[in-house]
Amino acid sequence: MSEVTVSRPPVRGGVGESVQRPDGIPKVTGRFEFLGDMHAEGMLWGATRRAWVPHARIERIDTTPALALPGVHAVLTQDDVPGHRYQGQALTDQPVLAEERVRYWGEAVAVVAADDPETARRAAEAVVVELEELEPLTDLELARDRGEVFRHIPVRRGDPDAHGEVVVEGTYVTATQDPAALGTEAGLAIPDGQGGVDLWGPTQWTHVDLTQLAACLALDPGQVRVQPCRIGGAFGSREDLSLQTHIAMLALRLDRPVKMVYDRTESFVGHVKRHAGLMHYRHEADRDGHLVRVDAQILLDGGPYQLTSQAVIANSTFFAVGPYRCDNVFVDGYALRTNNPPSGAMRGFGANQPCFAAEAQMDRLADELGLDPIELRLRNAITQGDRLATTGQLIEHPLPTDEVIRSVTAIPLPEPEDDDEPLHLPGGTGLTTPRDRVVRGIGYAVGLKNLEFSEGFDDFAEARVELTADGAVVHTAAIEVGQGMVTVIAQVVRSVLGMSRVEVAFDHTGQIGSAGSTSASRQTQMAGNAALEAATVVRDKALEAGGGDHLDDAGVWRGDTLVTSLAALTADGPIDHHVRYRHRPTDEPDADGQGELHVDFCVAAHRAVVDVDPDLGLVRVVEIAIGQDVGRAINPQQVHGQIEGGIAQGMGHAVMEEVVLDHGVIRNASFTDYLLPTTLDAPTVEAALVEQPSPWGPFGAKGMAELPTMSATPAVVAAIRAATSLPLTRAPVHPEDIVTGPHDAPE
Amino acid sequence: MIVTLEVNGERRTAEVAGWESLLWVLRERLGLTGAKDACQQGECGSCSVIFDGQLVCACLVMAADAEGAQVTTVEGLADATDLHPVQRAYVDEGAVQCGYCTPGLVVATAHLLTEHPDATPDEVREALAGNLCRCTGYGSVLRAVAAAQGASDPAGADREA
Ligand code: FES
Ligand code: FES
Repeated sequence: MSEVTVSRPPVRGGVGESVQRPDGIPKVTGRFEFLGDMHAEGMLWGATRRAWVPHARIERIDTTPALALPGVHAVLTQDDVPGHRYQGQALTDQPVLAEERVRYWGEAVAVVAADDPETARRAAEAVVVELEELEPLTDLELARDRGEVFRHIPVRRGDPDAHGEVVVEGTYVTATQDPAALGTEAGLAIPDGQGGVDLWGPTQWTHVDLTQLAACLALDPGQVRVQPCRIGGAFGSREDLSLQTHIAMLALRLDRPVKMVYDRTESFVGHVKRHAGLMHYRHEADRDGHLVRVDAQILLDGGPYQLTSQAVIANSTFFAVGPYRCDNVFVDGYALRTNNPPSGAMRGFGANQPCFAAEAQMDRLADELGLDPIELRLRNAITQGDRLATTGQLIEHPLPTDEVIRSVTAIPLPEPEDDDEPLHLPGGTGLTTPRDRVVRGIGYAVGLKNLEFSEGFDDFAEARVELTADGAVVHTAAIEVGQGMVTVIAQVVRSVLGMSRVEVAFDHTGQIGSAGSTSASRQTQMAGNAALEAATVVRDKALEAGGGDHLDDAGVWRGDTLVTSLAALTADGPIDHHVRYRHRPTDEPDADGQGELHVDFCVAAHRAVVDVDPDLGLVRVVEIAIGQDVGRAINPQQVHGQIEGGIAQGMGHAVMEEVVLDHGVIRNASFTDYLLPTTLDAPTVEAALVEQPSPWGPFGAKGMAELPTMSATPAVVAAIRAATSLPLTRAPVHPEDIVTGPHDAPE
Repeated sequence: MIVTLEVNGERRTAEVAGWESLLWVLRERLGLTGAKDACQQGECGSCSVIFDGQLVCACLVMAADAEGAQVTTVEGLADATDLHPVQRAYVDEGAVQCGYCTPGLVVATAHLLTEHPDATPDEVREALAGNLCRCTGYGSVLRAVAAAQGASDPAGADREA
């Protein structure tokens, strides 16, 4: 995008400014209408009958007792699905409602619509579901041995006989993490009276929902309008369908609007989670600490349906080594089918699990070599001109691994504390911990991840920029989930046009083509570049039509003279341009997992400081510092917001966040039992942004919001290791892991 | 059963069923959807309202117990022309991302600063520990509270790298 220059004089609200979100005021006043706040005239309420067993054969479903209740309008099962009976983004293997078998705890078996939510809830309970329970498959090695494999990816790079003098091995486990977006799943389906439907549901990509919905509803895609939605957070959990097909089926059957809202427990079973991982690693290095060889086996728990597991395991496999050079790499990644809850996307998308394991391995290696862990990482740091250790891909663009490590170590360490304020001690107001028992630890981790979609996927984003007398409007189907893309797109377009009056319009699937997914750290670059290219053409058309050399909110100027007002310029109609932006193509991996699979990469380094009470196993995360590659910060305040929020999720997974599974049953499906970081848990964050402009991102920007989560988890656990001298090979670390000593092997 | 209460200075009456919470009455009977329902258990604070001068989780108050009560919700904080200073600070400091926690946090912060305008940073952390936010990691929230207190913000001052 090198031909684009920022217009002069600098525009208000352009690139580089901490522009405020346009939805900020509606959100602080309570007027912003989230999905669960929506209402339609004459609407009914939906509810879901679930089977609370992890694996069973369905013997009988009887809907008549539910239908007999006053106020109940419909009870639907899998037999009522009008079209294709399975959904899924890639492989359509998930029944819309359970069919013949229940494959995970809480799977939906039937849906009802009734006059009010309480009647709907009672009706759902009244559906008779007779089950014969079956043994659930919940063990990853057993699933692999039985061939319950969604995808196996082998990586074979380099010389199988190469070996290093110094060897470290380890087995690592990461638990299932819940995205726990604060808004539960909610949706509204409104039939259009002509056989079609308008649908508002939790999403990160309306067009991929559309494909699945149209097939399941047996409708032409033009008859289903998936609407942009207002949801309370996502973090990956909205990438797969939850209640959309259910409410659309009910609404179409009854020809009435139907709304459904999940409660928190339903939400736990109603959206995908971060895959649990089991990883065996062997690192070999020479005496100077240069990596010679890495062997890894990575098992991810996909749950019963594929969803995005085939892509998540690709990230785990291809980022198995992290941001380091190594010429001999042998990895086997498996995404496995089990009766645990369905897993899918969550911030970092499969790159987090191996990052936890591989960074622990780097610390072990440093220890074995007697080298400083930072020095070891710097000696191996990958950068532009190197090859990715797994796939052999040449790194063509700036990748400041060295710089993010140096910038995080340059941030001053927090002062040692000696006060007795309980909030500054592990255990807090529980008053459990005397200051003199506290041990401080410091740990580091570095994360590497891809940007955008990989492996040959045709990845594109559409945008249309329209210039009228009132200013410019950017049309997009990209989904704003709270991350701030709405300001980023507007800022990019303001800087291109030289105009402040720019708004973003979120279109439904009938109004514009796909923007692709709000995931993979991709919308800043993808929706951003689509908007940038469309705006560039609009500007050029406007300058030509107006006969000038630059544009602003007044109109077209030649030098210091306004030659054509915006009103005159657009008197015959808006000036507009539509773009379908594609990033450069990528390859599918060959049989050895080799190829140019990725468009681009980003990197971050974390330093965690923790205080540990070794007697009780309590941890206080004091501070997390980060050096982060951002290309260029389009909105610095939002970049810091993504960093702080991402770090809280990563540290949560290090010390508290775990979906506790007992033979497929979730034991903590509520906010009372699934612990999320609060203001008392969240650390102070110090951030250093490394700005090496991307040659192709809008104004040099890169996607950045996943990395703050990724390497935060291993950094915190490394810091606890440093404080306790325990191996701690499992995330999250529980108090008993610290109190009762080494837990080197998974159960 | 009929419940009569004062919400944001207005007398309101609602026909309610025995199982209904104050949160349900506000959202579904009175059309005030500002307070959110994220956990139903008093754990997240997204339903925070001020109830006879106390900060409560509206999901834990039975509708029947709201008879005669004075309730302030997020919709009642701003006046016709101006945002409440806490609301302004949340917008300015970027403490709003998805915004689902925001109504509860804004109400809890406004209540805190009425009761303890000079709350220390530790006291602020403790007071807001009942309000979960999944997006922000709380840094911007704490800066917003400090800004609303009119205090200079030591954490924010050295934040820019
Ligand atoms: S909904 Fe009331 S505290 Fe969570
Ligand atoms: S801004 Fe999303 S939960 Fe707080």
